[in-house]
Amino acid sequence: MLDLFRYGFALRGLEAGVAVALVAPLIGTFLVLRRYSLIADTLANVSLAGITLGLLLKVNPILAALATTAVASLGIEKLRLSKRVYGESSLALFCSGSLAVATILLSVGRGFNANLFNYLFGSILTVTRQDVNTILLLAAGVAGALALFYKELVFITFDEDSARVAGLPVKALNMLLIVLAAFTITLSIPIIGVLLIAALVVIPVVAALQLRRGFTATILWAEAISLFSVVAGMLASFYLNLSSGGTIVLVMLAVFLVLMPFGSSSGDLPPA
Amino acid sequence: MPLKGPQAEPAVDHGRNIIELERVSFSYGARTVLENADLAVHRGDYLGIVGGNGAGKTTLIKIVLGLLKPTSGLVRLFGRDIASFKDWSRIGYVPQKATNFDANFPATVLETVLMGRYGRRGLFRFPTREDKEMARLALEQVDLWPQRGRLIGDLSGGQQQRVFIARALSGGPDVLILDEPTVGVERGVAGDFYALLKRLNEELRLTVVLVTHDMDRMAHQAMHVACVDKTIFYHCSVDEYFRKTHAEAHPHEHPAAAPGAAGGGGF
Repeated sequence: MLDLFRYGFALRGLEAGVAVALVAPLIGTFLVLRRYSLIADTLANVSLAGITLGLLLKVNPILAALATTAVASLGIEKLRLSKRVYGESSLALFCSGSLAVATILLSVGRGFNANLFNYLFGSILTVTRQDVNTILLLAAGVAGALALFYKELVFITFDEDSARVAGLPVKALNMLLIVLAAFTITLSIPIIGVLLIAALVVIPVVAALQLRRGFTATILWAEAISLFSVVAGMLASFYLNLSSGGTIVLVMLAVFLVLMPFGSSSGDLPPA
Repeated sequence: MPLKGPQAEPAVDHGRNIIELERVSFSYGARTVLENADLAVHRGDYLGIVGGNGAGKTTLIKIVLGLLKPTSGLVRLFGRDIASFKDWSRIGYVPQKATNFDANFPATVLETVLMGRYGRRGLFRFPTREDKEMARLALEQVDLWPQRGRLIGDLSGGQQQRVFIARALSGGPDVLILDEPTVGVERGVAGDFYALLKRLNEELRLTVVLVTHDMDRMAHQAMHVACVDKTIFYHCSVDEYFRKTHAEAHPHEHPAAAPGAAGGGGF
């Protein structure tokens, strides 16, 4: 244990990891229950395009990813609302589109491939003090915004029509949720990597849902599962010299499998 | 105060319109769903809106709730044009259970009912003790306070629908609008459900507007009926409705045989 604290980078990584672990399931609960889990993957791909752009232009890749995902998230929601394409088709367009942009940018700016590897898979070795500060700031911002609009978001998640009749600004709340999702995805990149981010947002929530509790209780369980998985995963990855992102996700999946049998079969999901 | 006690005023106040539609039409593209529909719902009324599938009942309700904008015509709520109407907490909406509700959603009965307070509470405010008190009163009205900690998905269909009524009541509305509330509810329970609405209508002086295809059962409770088929072609008391429909179905019989079937005491 002492070994870990001798390394500044490991502590920095753990600090950022805990912040990410606490914020991701908050946003994830709303996304999963709105059947919008896949937006996490889409925004991750968009953030990859942002990161390559940042590397190419030599600006902070995380900030570049933040700007790109925020703009793209609004585009996704606009496209979904226009009803010209199905909601999931809107995701598919952005998912493949942003990956195409990322590969083009990569072929333009040869030479930063090694750097990119860390963003794809996450690494606590490369987390800088500045990254940690950015992550902490964003995490506090997202958590604060969610706390402010918690009850409204719960209502539109449960029953959008009734929320609209009750006079809630449903459109604006949907936009807010999706922009917060973009921020959450981006801030998780350095720790868990673009390719595995969606897991951090989705798996703790899906695992907590197996316990069949109320809304607030489900969020608290998801938080606990996420925190445990991130800390356990990071420690394991440090001592066993494994990829931090992959280890965290496998711990989460293990927790999900352990909780699975407790879900009662009476609550089977309705057919899609 | 929202949950009012019984009052000595006449049951229906014809001088005060809670909902007014004037020559309202609605089309989806080229398909006209509603044409020149007129409707007036008075304070204290209990109105059943009936009609076959695709007759425009749900469209009518969505227009009243502001979820759809009519292609033409006027909608007034509590005397105000709907475009400038802001007082949505006066309207309690109970959605169609079968289509709008994910039985796996992780919310307790109490959490669900508290949502009814959110529109009234306003943004940036946390639920107060008053909100919790109103949620308790509303759950007691529908006899579900002891179930408050259970997951909504674990209740029976009839109980779930009562939770949605409690949610609408917790906001302290003047009118309850229900869209096919007994779809997916066990048949035996539907009768109790209409009796509950009747009690709310009489004891709390709540105006009740109910969309249903279940006319026979509903008729024992409602005061008025609006029959929708593209436009509103009856808007009359339940007795008259049964006389008319009975006369149409059995033109050879004497129409006076019908009123007994409606059985409606008290109006």
